[in-house]
Amino acid sequence: MTASRVGDSPARVGGFGRVTGAQQYVADLHPADALHAKLVTVDAAHARIVSVDASGALALPGVHLVLTSDDLPQPVPRFGPQNRDRPVLAVGETKYHGDPVAIVVADTVDQAEAAAAAVRVEHEPLPAVFTIEGALAADAPLVQDPSLREGQALAQTNVLNEHEVGWGDLDQAARGADVVLERRYTFPMVTQFAIEPHAWMAAPDGDGIVVWSAIQHPYWLQRMLAGVLKLPLARVRVVAPDPGGAFGGKQHPKYEPALAFAALRVGRPVKLVLTLEETFQAVRRAACDATVRIGLARDGSICFEDIRADYLIGAYTDIADRVVGKGSYVGAGPYAIPAVRIRGRSILSHTVPSTAFRGFGNPQINWAVESTLDEACEALGLDPLDVRLRNLAAKGQPFIPFDTPCDGDWADSVRKAADMIGWGSPMPEGRGRGIAVGIKSGPTTGLSTSIVRLLADGSVVVYAGTSDMGQGARTVFAQVASQELGAPLDWVTVVMGDTAVVPYDQQTSASRSTVLMGNAVLNACRDIQRKLAAMAARVHGVEAGAVAVEGGVVRLPGGAVLPIADVVAASLGRLGGEITGLGEARKEADPSHPLGGSAAFFEFNCTAIEASVDEDTGDVTIHRHVTVSDVGKALNPLQVTMQDEGAAIMGLGHTLMEHYLFDDEGRIRNLGAIDYRIPTSMDLPRSLESAFVEHEDGPGPFGAKGMSEGALLCVAPAVGAAIHAAARVRIRDLPFSPERVWRAIQERDRGEAGA
Amino acid sequence: MAERVAIELVLNGARRRVEVEPHHTLLDALRDDLALTGAKSCCLVGECGACTVMVDGRAVDSCLVLAAEVAGADVRTVEGLAPAGGGLSTLQAKFLEHGAVQCGYCIPGQLMAAQALLETTPQPSDPEIEEGLAGNLCRCACYEQIFDAVRETAATAVVEPRAPAAAAR
Ligand code: FES
Ligand code: FES
Repeated sequence: MTASRVGDSPARVGGFGRVTGAQQYVADLHPADALHAKLVTVDAAHARIVSVDASGALALPGVHLVLTSDDLPQPVPRFGPQNRDRPVLAVGETKYHGDPVAIVVADTVDQAEAAAAAVRVEHEPLPAVFTIEGALAADAPLVQDPSLREGQALAQTNVLNEHEVGWGDLDQAARGADVVLERRYTFPMVTQFAIEPHAWMAAPDGDGIVVWSAIQHPYWLQRMLAGVLKLPLARVRVVAPDPGGAFGGKQHPKYEPALAFAALRVGRPVKLVLTLEETFQAVRRAACDATVRIGLARDGSICFEDIRADYLIGAYTDIADRVVGKGSYVGAGPYAIPAVRIRGRSILSHTVPSTAFRGFGNPQINWAVESTLDEACEALGLDPLDVRLRNLAAKGQPFIPFDTPCDGDWADSVRKAADMIGWGSPMPEGRGRGIAVGIKSGPTTGLSTSIVRLLADGSVVVYAGTSDMGQGARTVFAQVASQELGAPLDWVTVVMGDTAVVPYDQQTSASRSTVLMGNAVLNACRDIQRKLAAMAARVHGVEAGAVAVEGGVVRLPGGAVLPIADVVAASLGRLGGEITGLGEARKEADPSHPLGGSAAFFEFNCTAIEASVDEDTGDVTIHRHVTVSDVGKALNPLQVTMQDEGAAIMGLGHTLMEHYLFDDEGRIRNLGAIDYRIPTSMDLPRSLESAFVEHEDGPGPFGAKGMSEGALLCVAPAVGAAIHAAARVRIRDLPFSPERVWRAIQERDRGEAGA
Repeated sequence: MAERVAIELVLNGARRRVEVEPHHTLLDALRDDLALTGAKSCCLVGECGACTVMVDGRAVDSCLVLAAEVAGADVRTVEGLAPAGGGLSTLQAKFLEHGAVQCGYCIPGQLMAAQALLETTPQPSDPEIEEGLAGNLCRCACYEQIFDAVRETAATAVVEPRAPAAAAR
């Protein structure tokens, strides 16, 4: 019986069920009396609903309910994490392909599908916008009714919001620049494509409701449902089985409110499992069109950056404006730059509401800024590695003047990545190398609570409201408890995913859980240690301060060191029982800060790529992909590597192959797995090497930082630079599909290439 | 709705009889009629591999096979991988050991594709592993770790094909 220590890579907690098929995801729940739901949509990006005739559907066998917005409380409740702009079901108009007009409930999935197809929605197509240019045109139809945007200066436009940050004097700084370059880079819409399509179930529960959702933020969903259903929080129970991948797409509620109303109406559990195609029409990343003006001095110092980034978001806000605000905010990168201006805009359109996606709004803007920097280096004949090292903020330096100073030895990561790829060393003919860095601001506010119970035999139950969506949070929390309380890992149970049982956690996002919930669990364990020390002292008849409990053991006066398990029963006394610890971790808000709070930490990554291009086909081969993240302390090195490599490969997805394609009517043409490609085992780099830097300088337990997104931030600019080095083409639109690369090569050969 | 069809099959070594809708897939039948939810549903068009099971020793996308078509066949799912006495098979254990499992949603399919590969090609080359698993998407992207697990299973364990007849008993 040995305790697991942080820094080990023990067997994954929850792993057994994942390799035996016993793990139950939402779609695997089959209550005997469950009914099945299907959403009714219309084939239009923007339409006026003239009438809904449900009679044909209701006459079909097994059909229990067809619910439209007319059947809901009036005015129809609206919800959303930022703006309450999304109705439970469409009211008067639909605003994107997939916007549900009604929800039908039947005995079987087949019957629900047949009924949904039989609901006749008479509708009139309305003008719609799918692009930034379209949405900003003078005669563009307004995506959102200005009455929903009362008091907003831009309510009469499709610009939902503008974010501007900056410091220093741009004009003055520009005078020191030896080259000033302005470049435009675009990033397409891509989708999370968790292999588990979104799934939910709702059921009446006494005079309340219980909703099962593969959601990252169960407590957020609970609060939203309580508001929409006008129920006390204590009557709304959210059960959140582990998501089968989420990547941000499962942060915020989508169709849970409609399902909840339906379940309350029929008085039975109702299950809604989206198809993959419906999931594509429910979540995506914001596209981005960024123009970067950069000034570089001959010695390689960055004089200024002036960035404009327009993000194309969808028809409802969801969390998209936060994505834009937070992503653009760190757009200038991890550099100490005297003058910066960043203007980010979120632009509404009649498309799928964009939401959080690993990296949030950073990969888009980072692609543009790092690539433009690469072009500026080329213009001055400077080495891109030297320029990055020269400009990186130093530890403790307030590189964004009003935020957390640089919190890592970032140059270490860059040097490590450069060493690993052999920057500057010879390589086979036809190859090129590129290097890029990226940062992301961690959580700006946060509150995580944990309860830990030390049972009489020394085993431990940890309650933590994080969602384990693959990052392995359960294992890390068990490791922390094991180390602090001395129980072996298989004597630790981690309970998650039920708002009726587990105390409050704000959310699972921004790579926060190891830091915030990790600290909450640690604090709960320390609470137990204090209580146990006092109890043991009483039993041994010594002064309270004479007994120390730490690192899983009890130290008695006189030098005896005992395992906690041997002390706890005696300390509890004749009534037995258990010792309960409560822990909390907060990241306080700062209302004066542009983001509402400073960064709890920064995620920093450096990616280096060696690539070649097949000039006949435009195929890009990634020979080597090196990623180095500054993680503070790897509590579980294997899991850190898994997250880092997973993010890196996901980054290759949007870099090389992923994008939504639209037809003239705003339909996604490559809807589904056949035409929308994500990396498979055949698309991997020839060699993928992931490493990390540990200086135990993070705010989490034992110096950990969050780290699950970093390796995605700079894949595109690093690959773009490598392609340029290999083939002398600059491609400024993603993805680097063979066709696009081939065309760039043709242009190069006709002498039109580059800028 | 059409009449339900009764079929018999050998499922994870046991003879089972079940009535299925004629238009339902093997995936539907497993998940809805046979209470085996290990095989997962995602794309339903044969592109993701989440629904992979073994039919007569070969990996198939159960979303593409009609349930009625497997009458008389030997069907194996992830639920049948672990040894009868408890614990995990070498392949399952190697998946965990190498960190091949993140969210886990694709894993039943990956395991069955790998199992089928190892039964037909006990010592697969790297390209054979890549090819054998190319139909199984993992968005968490534990591909390298999955390869390591398969490679090491091939090196350390004898993966015996289970003959349908013996299994049917
Ligand atoms: S669900 Fe069968 S291959 Fe995707
Ligand atoms: S482990 Fe998450 S999809 Fe493979």
